[in-house]
Amino acid sequence: MSTVATAGGRTRRHLLSSADLDRAQVRAILDTAGEMQGIQQREVKKLPVLRGRTVVNLFFEDSTRTRSSFEIAGKWLSADVVNISGNGSSTSKGESLRDTVLTVAAMGVDALVVRHSASGAAHQVSQWVDAHVVNAGDGTHEHPTQALLDAYSMERRLGSLEGRHVVIVGDLTHSRVARSNLITLRTLGARVTLVAPPTLMPSGIATWSQVDGFELSHDLDAVLPTADAVMMLRVQRERMSGGFFPTAREYTVGFGLTRPRLQALVTANPDAVICHPGPMNRGLEIAADAADAAQSLVLDQVSAGVAVRMSVLYHLLAGEES
Amino acid sequence: MPALLITGADLLGHGAQDVLVEDGRISEVGKIRSARGADVLDADGLVALPGLVDLHTHLREPGREDAETIATGAAAAAVGGFTAILAMANTTPVTDTAEAAERILDLGQATGLVDVVPVGAVTKGLRGAELAELGLMHRSRAGVTVFSDDGHCVHDSRVMRRALEYVRAFGGVVSQHAQDPLLAGPQACAHEGELAGRLGLPGWPGIAEESVVARDVMLARHTGSRIHVAHVSTAGTVEVLRWAKAQGVRVTAEVTPHHLVLTTDLLSGYDPTFKVNPPLRPQEDVDALREALADGTIDAVATDHAPHARHDKEHAFVDAAFGMLGLETALSVVSDVMVHTGRLDWAGVARVMSHNPARIAGLAQHGRPLAEGSPANLTLVDPAAETTVDARASLSLSRNNPWHGRTLRGTVQATVFRGRVTAEKGALA
Repeated sequence: MSTVATAGGRTRRHLLSSADLDRAQVRAILDTAGEMQGIQQREVKKLPVLRGRTVVNLFFEDSTRTRSSFEIAGKWLSADVVNISGNGSSTSKGESLRDTVLTVAAMGVDALVVRHSASGAAHQVSQWVDAHVVNAGDGTHEHPTQALLDAYSMERRLGSLEGRHVVIVGDLTHSRVARSNLITLRTLGARVTLVAPPTLMPSGIATWSQVDGFELSHDLDAVLPTADAVMMLRVQRERMSGGFFPTAREYTVGFGLTRPRLQALVTANPDAVICHPGPMNRGLEIAADAADAAQSLVLDQVSAGVAVRMSVLYHLLAGEES
Repeated sequence: MPALLITGADLLGHGAQDVLVEDGRISEVGKIRSARGADVLDADGLVALPGLVDLHTHLREPGREDAETIATGAAAAAVGGFTAILAMANTTPVTDTAEAAERILDLGQATGLVDVVPVGAVTKGLRGAELAELGLMHRSRAGVTVFSDDGHCVHDSRVMRRALEYVRAFGGVVSQHAQDPLLAGPQACAHEGELAGRLGLPGWPGIAEESVVARDVMLARHTGSRIHVAHVSTAGTVEVLRWAKAQGVRVTAEVTPHHLVLTTDLLSGYDPTFKVNPPLRPQEDVDALREALADGTIDAVATDHAPHARHDKEHAFVDAAFGMLGLETALSVVSDVMVHTGRLDWAGVARVMSHNPARIAGLAQHGRPLAEGSPANLTLVDPAAETTVDARASLSLSRNNPWHGRTLRGTVQATVFRGRVTAEKGALA
């Protein structure tokens, strides 16, 4: 967790980027998540550890899935959880992001879980408020808890990710999931290959891959046989009008996890797993057969999401004198 | 107005002289023992430059007087050593009529601090479609000579061609904000490269500037018109300019102080103070810009002073306003990065911050030699004095100052406008 001095002069721990976590911290969060997942099986799913603490889910961008996941996580830890939907990032609304956030924080908040359509928003918020900040997805930048839950789900099936080959496929340019996963997977010692057409790769990625030690490919078929895990990213149909690729059909042929590719993957490595952060475009980036295959972790990911977010809130908030 | 005797000033770094100013003009330069009744300004150890001229200033009046007025912008300019500033047209309403231009001229004259010279819009409402009343703005009392849609690129080739042709008739010049809006759209806010990729910020590639400059110099060659390139930010644009100048194209160009120093890695903390258009670039571009300014490929330094209210900057990075302050720090930045490193001497600074910009904008009263008969517009600089920039001390109404906390070598000590001291040591006189 990054520790940042706040405007109030105190230091607060935040989770803003996956790069905030070293290997030991990732380990600790994943191990605690394992314990938390045990609670999900109980009839009474409450731990008293965050009683009296207030967690605000400040979502400037709609996301039922992530918001509910954080909400349930907070409630099972006995925190008071409040959901606030901020409307958009438009400057025309008059109020600045800082004013909006300070207004919320002034109500007395221990942790702010921030989701925003703009990259860097959680980072900025952390400099304005005297509260812990968790980045629940900022624009096309990062989504650290998604990467943690993905790592958690993969470890459950594969064991240690050290030396394992994870292939991330899709719209890398616009994917916060890809950026966070790349960092967390490298932190855990996995080998990572990013696959996309050149138009969907972030700018400067050639240098970036050399600096951070990961691989790039435009040929999914070439990398699939060595994959231990394949992560398919959602491809937004509006990217086609942006000219990033010609048609859905062409995308699927080149970069979709189609039925033949599922066969190739399973033949080469029967234990390989398939992830997707959701929501899926069945038939576009992932064939229905692949989404529902025994190798698919899609529902495991959702269930792990709650446990991992409980763990993150616990590590940020519990045991701290407020 | 009493006479003013400036003693011991080092004129452009060529040696100490005394300068006598009477009736708003330099009446004598040399060894002057005394001038009866004159105020004396001791300039021992100071370098005298012709008053600085800024080709590119955003005042927010009319429309956003909470961010800057003509008076506060003029005050910041005077403190920064300027005696003339060109006020960009992107106000509300836009300066696209003679009446609007005259209004800015008059408000500027009323300050008595600097000449505020209105820039006229190239197109009505900066919309890029129909020419504004270029000729009427030129014929007005404001005598508008520089036209720019700055903030927007005149992207339509036909509109740009017509504008260049039209203003040629009266010696006008189009100052182009070069940004292909398809290659760098409204969301583009970070230099397209590795850092933008990591940060997930929409990229603003150098090619979006370079391709427009390449087109424009060809249009200028074709029409025989003058073109000025605003805020050059990349090494690629420098290459195009070098080529065009070698061909005899009538092209001039400016660079901002921030593009001479600040680099794109400052964006890593998502601080919108560093959000500017065109964006901060990598060190290779910065190096090329310094070299181009030193060798004359780039003619002028222009601030692109862009004040913004706090609440327009305190948004998420992609939503925050573009721009940074520059008037008060420009000379210190140029001194620090160009003079103290040996890239330019003080005569060179006079060239890029006074002579050339005055010539480009057609200002007869500015950028003149420090000699008998010239209008008494002067700037006195202490080349050795270090300043640590404090954003709170600014005379601008805004605080979006990217230089806050930096120490710069070379400080404006006094500014003389039409024979009167307007500013001394960071404050209005």
